[in-house]
Amino acid sequence: MRPIRLIAAVCVCLLSVLAASAATIADSELTGFVRALGQGDFDDTERAVAALAATGDERVAGILDRLGAGDLMVRKADGAVFVAAKAGKDVALADPVTGADAGTAPKAGVEKIKVNNRLRRAIASAVGNLTLMSPDPATRRAAAEAVLKSADPAVLPVLDKAIAAETVADVRATMQVARATAVLASDAGEADKEAALSAIAGLGTRDALSLISPYASAEGPLGDAARKAAAGIERSMLLWDAAQNVWYGLSLGSVLLLAAIGLAITFGVMGVINMAHGEMVMIGAYSTFVVQETIRAYAPSLADYALPLSLPVAFVVAGGVGILIERSIIRWLYGRPLETLLATWGVSLILQQAVRSLFGANNREVGTPGWMAGSFDVGQMQVTWPRLWIIVFALAVFLALIAALKHTPLGLQMRAVTQNRAMAASMGIRTPLVDALTFGLGSGIAGLAGVALSQIDNVSPNLGRGYIIDSFMVVVFGGVGNLWGTFVGAMTLGIANKLLEPYAGAVLGKILLLVFIILFIQKRPRGLFALKGRAVEQ
Amino acid sequence: MITGFLLSGFDRRARWTVAVLAALALLVPASNLLLPEDSLLHVSTYQLTLFGKYLTYALLALSVDLVWGYCGILSLGHGAFFALGGYAMGMYLMRQIGARGVYADPLLPDFMVFLSWKELPWFWHGFDMAWFALLMVMLVPGILAFVIGWFAFRSRVTGVYLSIITQAMTYALLLAFFRNDMGFGGNNGLTDFKDILGLPIQAPATRAALFAASALTLAFAYVIASAVTASKLGKVLVAVRDAESRTRFIGYRVERYKLFVWTLSAVMAGMAGALYVPQVGIINPSEFDPSASIEAVIWVAVGGRGTLVGALVGAVVVNFGKTWFTGALPEVWLFALGGLFVGVTLFLPRGIVGLFARLRRGDAGGRTAGIPAGEAAP
Amino acid sequence: MNTFASKSLCLAALIGALSASTGLASAEDTIKVGVLHSLSGTMAISETTLKDTVLYLIDEQNKKGGLLGKKLEPVVVDPASNWPLFAEKARELISQDKVSVVFGCWTSVSRKSVLPVFKELNSILFYPVQYEGEESERNVFYTGAAPNQQAIPAVDYLMKQEGVERWVLAGTDYVYPRTTNKILEAYLKAKGVKDEDILINYTPFGHSDWQSIVSDIKKFGSAGKKTAVVSTINGDANVPFYKELSNQGIKAEDIPVVAFSVGEEELAGIDTKPLVGHLAAWNYFESVEGDANAAFIDGWHTFIKNDKRTTNDPMEATYIGFNAWVKAVEAAGTTDVDTVIDTLVGTTVPNLSGGYATIMPNHHLTKPVLIGEIQEDGQFDIVSQTAPVVGDEWSDYLEGSKDLIADWRKPLACGNFNVKTGKCGG
Repeated sequence: MRPIRLIAAVCVCLLSVLAASAATIADSELTGFVRALGQGDFDDTERAVAALAATGDERVAGILDRLGAGDLMVRKADGAVFVAAKAGKDVALADPVTGADAGTAPKAGVEKIKVNNRLRRAIASAVGNLTLMSPDPATRRAAAEAVLKSADPAVLPVLDKAIAAETVADVRATMQVARATAVLASDAGEADKEAALSAIAGLGTRDALSLISPYASAEGPLGDAARKAAAGIERSMLLWDAAQNVWYGLSLGSVLLLAAIGLAITFGVMGVINMAHGEMVMIGAYSTFVVQETIRAYAPSLADYALPLSLPVAFVVAGGVGILIERSIIRWLYGRPLETLLATWGVSLILQQAVRSLFGANNREVGTPGWMAGSFDVGQMQVTWPRLWIIVFALAVFLALIAALKHTPLGLQMRAVTQNRAMAASMGIRTPLVDALTFGLGSGIAGLAGVALSQIDNVSPNLGRGYIIDSFMVVVFGGVGNLWGTFVGAMTLGIANKLLEPYAGAVLGKILLLVFIILFIQKRPRGLFALKGRAVEQ
Repeated sequence: MITGFLLSGFDRRARWTVAVLAALALLVPASNLLLPEDSLLHVSTYQLTLFGKYLTYALLALSVDLVWGYCGILSLGHGAFFALGGYAMGMYLMRQIGARGVYADPLLPDFMVFLSWKELPWFWHGFDMAWFALLMVMLVPGILAFVIGWFAFRSRVTGVYLSIITQAMTYALLLAFFRNDMGFGGNNGLTDFKDILGLPIQAPATRAALFAASALTLAFAYVIASAVTASKLGKVLVAVRDAESRTRFIGYRVERYKLFVWTLSAVMAGMAGALYVPQVGIINPSEFDPSASIEAVIWVAVGGRGTLVGALVGAVVVNFGKTWFTGALPEVWLFALGGLFVGVTLFLPRGIVGLFARLRRGDAGGRTAGIPAGEAAP
Repeated sequence: MNTFASKSLCLAALIGALSASTGLASAEDTIKVGVLHSLSGTMAISETTLKDTVLYLIDEQNKKGGLLGKKLEPVVVDPASNWPLFAEKARELISQDKVSVVFGCWTSVSRKSVLPVFKELNSILFYPVQYEGEESERNVFYTGAAPNQQAIPAVDYLMKQEGVERWVLAGTDYVYPRTTNKILEAYLKAKGVKDEDILINYTPFGHSDWQSIVSDIKKFGSAGKKTAVVSTINGDANVPFYKELSNQGIKAEDIPVVAFSVGEEELAGIDTKPLVGHLAAWNYFESVEGDANAAFIDGWHTFIKNDKRTTNDPMEATYIGFNAWVKAVEAAGTTDVDTVIDTLVGTTVPNLSGGYATIMPNHHLTKPVLIGEIQEDGQFDIVSQTAPVVGDEWSDYLEGSKDLIADWRKPLACGNFNVKTGKCGG
């Protein structure tokens, strides 16, 4: 860190002289600075970055951005630096300073200027210093964040000017935090530093804590203030941490719910010990992969919507496979649940190998659409978008299923057949059809789960194996044949797991939970929500 | 009295089974040790250890059939008892290595040395003595089964709930044994054994002896299982299987019968594990994997549930199939194995033994050894 | 009588089939090469590629006219990610199929499982994966990295280039991460890192819910010191781990993750855009520039008929092992196991990163250590490369093994010679 700071200091000193009016220098001079980027090792490049930034030329930020993105290449023949882009087998070159086209070169004739993390930080900080006064608020915000991270006292004069000129409130707030960190790092007086400290502490966030804690080990009043502020933040974080754990638990619970809900139908309602359930989830995930690849190949503009478009496909494919299995195998085995265990185990082996032969044994990549990436904060709690979507999706699937069973004719027939097959048949219900559709529904929902799981887990032939045991635990814990039981079971196990994890660790937490399930079944031998009446004795 | 009890197990089927096993115990090692390698009847060491492994699987299958076929308890966790027996044996074999480990530590097994453990954990004490290890081979699975069974049967946990409990048990043990902090070698398990009862474990004679021991233990277990099922106790068990509530109302303490046969079966599984480990040379937590237990159930189903001999046949057939397929059709063998399971369920609902019985009698829908046509609960 | 007849018939048929299937006569005009990689089960993800690699190398060798005037014949079996089955299949390959050499295994437990078989039947195993060390056997050649050829240079890089002062050692709970982390812990402490600046965390195999652990890492990293994660997380668990990292917004510039088990093949299953800048340490990357590597990749794409397939470090290790064996057999003029084992020590063959790999007397290789940063296209940008390092089988940083050395040359011929007591243990 130290050399960076020194260099940055030098560059910023120059800057503050030049920054008043965005300076421009001659193209040829700038080209000389740019050329230095391609010489020597990382240390040399870092020095070249500082020198380039110190010119204060308005084109520098753009050039540094291209460097950070890895677009700059050196022509091996003469050491000239270009912005490169792929053009078939060759690379197209452009002059970084003027942007003029510079022809093409064979791949072997150029070499990329490599950038490592340290260099990337130096670039971000240099670009930040250069763009604090940018007309675009988003660029200014990014610049302020970069400056905040570098905590460089030398940037103070520029920062003060930027704060004075800033009109957007939250950008100014970021700049003020950046200023406070810079003051803390500078040799300003104790009073200034303590004011800066309390400004940061006022944020109360984890980031604030990480800015303060280096000073907590210091002697004197500043150290005391830092310790006090840190302790205060940590106290308030305790509650948020608990909330965060509950949130993690809900998120894990919704994953369990998604994985188990299809099984709650095929196993819970129909009584088929469906060992191929996990493979239905896997088929859903692979359907997502196929849809995504098709879209990427034929309609790249829709790529962000591949996931929602996969939902019907996964449902139909997994449901179709389910109906096929029911018609060809399971329908011969009603009333013999253990035989279904054996047969579906065989089916699961076949499906796994089929997918392995079709797609290969490797993991497949399913992209995360832009609208699903990232996170936002609720208070001091971080909520990531993919997890939030999965919770919403799990709830939606669950509620839709409940509604379908309650309020559609098919749902009515399903319940009738599973409760009393003979009676239903004599009432004129075509039981074989209903059986096939019920199994298809359960499998289709497993396929939907696969779409969601493709976002957080491996898409591989083994995907299903990882969820089958947990799914059975959830269904049995909640009570076989009761969808609400599955819901409560999944959420309970998810939250309990996440509350245990910080104390017992991931492995021991899971073991404890299994032991809990074993003991719980002793107390309530038919799960959380036991069916009452004659069905029990079956 | 015990002799009398055991003799009662010698029905015709048992006599033949025991005779075949005894012949195997005698002839296979003899052929391996005495006949020249190019002889047509020579059994190579590879085949000997392979078949020895099948015999231990057969013993595991027998123990599953005893509880599932005769008492209606579908255990999806018998692999745990098998593995516990195996670990007890493995610990004995580890202690036998003594100072011959790579770090030459006289007391600690290698995996403890390189994780910088300073002393032997308490539960490793005593395993340097063969009798203690043998006792543990039976006691550890037995006690675990007794405790689980005691609670579960008293609370009247039945059917699929019981199956899931046993699955949870073996899954929890799987996770626990994977933990290196447990002191059982973590994922690497116990391996690199040197000798057993003072005999080098890789010597042909030791292997032959282990094979014979497996065959004889299997024969002995078969006689016990046969005697149990033929006795009045066995009749009660079948009654429990077919109509538990009715049996209870008649006045039988159902849970006691169940507990007895459940514990007995776990001890058998433990012994199978103990014989398995020295023959394959490794014990690792993957034996606790729930899918291993499911496979054991499948062996029984393939061979024919509720026939005892079917368990033996099923274990050997499926495992032989696995050996053969994984060598001959490495890319697609799962299709063949999966297809076998589906085919057996659809076309041979009573397994291979049921098929033979049907062929013999010449009737299409005949019943074997008292399995009801459509069993109700798992 | 009928029962017995049918039963004994069945049994006889079985035994007959068993001997017939396993006792096939071997043809004399080929040299057999065993391939012992899982093609099904949990490890198939990684191992299937290595099976194809061996087949590719054999194919190439046969195009060049084979070996000692004979064609090479691969014998492929599937040990199905099942450790006892590994031992069984190893025995089958050596004693039934009479292979001259075996390329195989991925996990340490599979290697431990087949070890006694290789020792008993005296054959050769080439083991192509990075592992925890603490082993040197006469019948095994370790062509993957030992901890000093991967972990320690990676930590050095982070200290020097990134100024890291605080360390999270996160791993799957099995012997490779345990040992590597033990070594790293000792190494870091020797470098003056304090106890409270090291966080060690273990997770089970296939762990898929990383929310809590990633947030713990974030917390640990917010102490104002530069923090890095050293990841020994195993295969399957990596994808969800990296996905969670990017979701929680941990960027490489803030908390870099350096991984020892994540290569091109694993990255092919992830969207790598958010991961740019995270690191991996290996002895080979597909992005290595050089003619040997370009030719290898071209040939691989032609063989596998898919030019999107990546190459990775264990493939290079297989390549080195295979070529070393071929060279040793040619030099010895025979495939006799004892002769080949003796000839192999000292054999030098080109590696794919532009240098040479020599098989050392401890049956490990000399390898350069490469550190790469993940790029958007799933490839690595090499940011550091060392001179070749000799694989150190007995780590100097572990209490039990620092006095041990291995040298399989005569007259010592010992895999665990204790220099203090002057004895060959075990």
